[in-house]
Amino acid sequence: MKLVFEIARGDFTAAGKASSGIKKVLKQLLVDPKTIKRIVVAVYEAEVNVVAHSVGGTLTANISGNEITVVVQDYGPGISDIEQAMKVGFSTASRKVREMGFGAGMGLPNIKKNTDELTIQSQPGKGTMLVFSISI
Amino acid sequence: MPIAIGKEDEMKVSEIVGKLNLKVFSGEVGLDRKISGAYVSDLLSDVMGNAEEGMVWVTLQTHQNVLAIASLKELAAIILVKNFEPEADTVLHSYEEGIPVLGTDLPTFEIVGKLYNALK
Ligand SMILES: Nc1ncnc2c1ncn2[C@@H]1O[C@H](COP(=O)(O)OP(=O)(O)O)[C@@H](O)[C@H]1O
Ligand SMILES: [Mg+2]
Repeated sequence: MKLVFEIARGDFTAAGKASSGIKKVLKQLLVDPKTIKRIVVAVYEAEVNVVAHSVGGTLTANISGNEITVVVQDYGPGISDIEQAMKVGFSTASRKVREMGFGAGMGLPNIKKNTDELTIQSQPGKGTMLVFSISI
Repeated sequence: MPIAIGKEDEMKVSEIVGKLNLKVFSGEVGLDRKISGAYVSDLLSDVMGNAEEGMVWVTLQTHQNVLAIASLKELAAIILVKNFEPEADTVLHSYEEGIPVLGTDLPTFEIVGKLYNALK
């Protein structure tokens, strides 16, 4: 099964659409609640990052018999230093975004912590592709 | 800091509303929800990463992402501190999800002290 969500830049009201949609489907597929919780954390953080840091993109979830794979592709500006971006507390979020409670620099670490596999590819100026999977 | 409490002692949201004299802004249908503990933070990723199902979340954030997170994490209720009020779409989302948004005029330190005593 394939679920696709478009994510627009700056639209914080839409953050949570992909994660809640995926959560509903996984519940109906009777996936273990603990596993659903991990997936939801990772998907939410990934969609917030597209809203907060990119010009927009797409989140695609592929659910098979024993695994969910999520591909998050955006169209820029990319991440110049991925290792630095992965550090807890590192954030380039604007003041306004921080005042809303985003920008704690814990999003990518939360994704890492809750997934079985995570790869991040980024081309500065072009975009970022995040791929993670969790066995279900 | 999370406070975890034992299952058999679980209190309902309606009980802390009474004990702590909280305002109920929305989501009354969720007043029957059981409370498993509490989490206090204004950083959304902190709550996302660390709060647990059934917890009451104490915060000063009033926008609707708070409800999105409460719903995704299956939290019991949200308490807004210092007279903060939920935004309109937060209220709407609270009714949709049946997760109460509560409020107090007390600052975080004081309301959390009372909450701790009520739950421990
Ligand atoms: N999709 C993205 N596009 C561009 N930069 C990103 C993206 N995702 C993350 N980043 C960068 O990595 C940093 C850390 O991300 P994260 O750990 O989620 O923390 P936060 O979102 O709170 O800043 C961000 O502040 C940003 O600089
Ligand atoms: Mg983030």
